[in-house]
Amino acid sequence: MRAIFGEALSSLGEANYNLMVLTADVAKPTGVYKFAEAHPSRFFNVGISEQDMIGIASGLALSGSVPVVAVFAPFLMRAWEQVRSTVARANLNVKMVGTHAGLSASDEGGSHQSLEDVALMRVLPNMTVVVPGDRQEIAEATRAIVAMRGPVYMRLGRDESLSFLEGEQVFRIGRAVTVADGSDITVFSNGSMTAEVLAAAESLDIGVKVVHVPTVKPLDSGAIVSAARETGLVACVEEHSVIGGLGSAVAELLSGEYPVPVKRIGVNDTYGESGPQRELLRKHGLVAESIGETLKRIVRGKAA
Amino acid sequence: MKAVLEVMDQRHLIELQVLRERIKSIRKSVLDMTASTSAGLHVGASLSCVDVIATLYFMKMRHSPYRPDWADRDRFILSKGHAAPALYAVLAEAGYFPKEELKTIKDLNSRLQGHPDLRTPGVDAPSGSLGQGISIGIGMALAAKRRGSRSRVYVLVGDGECDEGQIWESLMTAAHLKLNNLVLIVDRNGWQLDDRTEEIKRKAPLKGKIESFGWETYLINGHDPEKILDALDLCELADGPAAIIARTMKGKGVQFMEGTNKGHKMRFSNEQYQEALTELEEAS
Ligand SMILES: Cc1ncc(C[n+]2csc(CCOP(=O)(O)OP(=O)(O)O)c2C)c(N)n1
Ligand SMILES: [Mg+2]
Repeated sequence: MRAIFGEALSSLGEANYNLMVLTADVAKPTGVYKFAEAHPSRFFNVGISEQDMIGIASGLALSGSVPVVAVFAPFLMRAWEQVRSTVARANLNVKMVGTHAGLSASDEGGSHQSLEDVALMRVLPNMTVVVPGDRQEIAEATRAIVAMRGPVYMRLGRDESLSFLEGEQVFRIGRAVTVADGSDITVFSNGSMTAEVLAAAESLDIGVKVVHVPTVKPLDSGAIVSAARETGLVACVEEHSVIGGLGSAVAELLSGEYPVPVKRIGVNDTYGESGPQRELLRKHGLVAESIGETLKRIVRGKAA
Repeated sequence: MKAVLEVMDQRHLIELQVLRERIKSIRKSVLDMTASTSAGLHVGASLSCVDVIATLYFMKMRHSPYRPDWADRDRFILSKGHAAPALYAVLAEAGYFPKEELKTIKDLNSRLQGHPDLRTPGVDAPSGSLGQGISIGIGMALAAKRRGSRSRVYVLVGDGECDEGQIWESLMTAAHLKLNNLVLIVDRNGWQLDDRTEEIKRKAPLKGKIESFGWETYLINGHDPEKILDALDLCELADGPAAIIARTMKGKGVQFMEGTNKGHKMRFSNEQYQEALTELEEAS
């Protein structure tokens, strides 16, 4: 995933001389070293100083550049107040990419697993929040966030290989896409979770409509409300806390527009811990088998 | 009198010899951990600070594995939390938990997390996000003073970690508060994650910087337990907070890592593991 991001960024740099890339001593693991190799004069590794980095990006944006910063998601949150008070408040054109998000920093444990970043970024006015998961989508999202004006948070995990979207263009900011149809329940998901949800849906004998929602803010309210209307029952799946992420965003929207039961599936208000990534996902009910079980339970519960 | 001093000198030498043996065994534990998990470990960063941590736990700190929560114990904060394998190996050697348990590092449900966590007996503070240890140490040092406790606080940071603003905020605070029960050790191995420290962001003159913030500062060879101990003794005489810059080598003791950043985070192949073990055995 990070190689795709790094390559997309590097090729964007060919055409866009205003593009600047910053990191905080994680050029290699985030993939932005590719940009550094191709455009060394527009790359700054400021050292392990995330707050400084956000301030520098703000200054660059105020001077007409398009800065992209890339660090591990949890440590970008160290500069959250700088993002709040400067980047978002002044609506600056700074693109922030958090890698190793969700449980994907698996073996490193709770300090490195980011389960609250979407909530923290989504709450900020002016902020756009995107969580792509498909490989082609990641490349397109990278181009799209650079092309738009205003602050963006893009959240990336670790998996490089997922492919569940089809077409010439798979990503547009603010657009949700239906990837499977069914009439018993709608599942909204994003990031790599959509691949798990699709696998779960295929294995079930209930009709699951799967809607991939790579933009958490602004939400595609039209698509979400109409899917909720069609099935009357909704679940959300994300590699994030059940508090404040996609599930919350969907529930906030539907409670006003079309109130239906919304089951939020994610990490249940707890910190991460060390372990192999699959085992961690399993523990939190985020692999296809467990998602399938949960969906069956919800649909049966409604019928009863 | 002369005879007494000679006996004391001898005892000191024997103690140091025992310490060196223990450090060897701790280095071996670190290598064994790499062999017991399929996850990568920060081996280089661990091997660069085992001498310092072991000297603290076996020669300087007042602590007890039988009472990890003893309120008046001295405390150690591994601010560069990615060197957790070094801390775990020392804690196991000191008897906080069985050495056998080291094998479970990074397993699901293990008490040995990727970065220091309070669920591990003997771990005094959580870490993993760089730059926060000195501040936490200030809090502990203040609390000890308030209680009239003799408890002393030791914080180990990386040299790359010194990029963080919070490091310099806390350095200023501790000096202002004249915390003479707080000691900082900088693991000056010359590398951070992406490159050499001076390539990423110049730290030099690190000693001058820390001194200018009001800390008494010593520069020593961080792989020589005797020098480490001497410096730790001197720190006890300071009027305020004191710092030791320990010149070290990332991956110390394993040739293919020494002085490089290869071991920042790595998994050993079986050959590499055997090679490292042999080297360790052969080292005097
Ligand atoms: C706040 C924060 N930012 C980034 C990281 C990722 N990271 C882990 S180790 C490391 C390099 C640390 O270098 P140094 O302090 O010199 O330690 P060494 O490995 O050399 O002992 C980085 C950037 C982190 N753990 N915390
Ligand atoms: Mg270093």
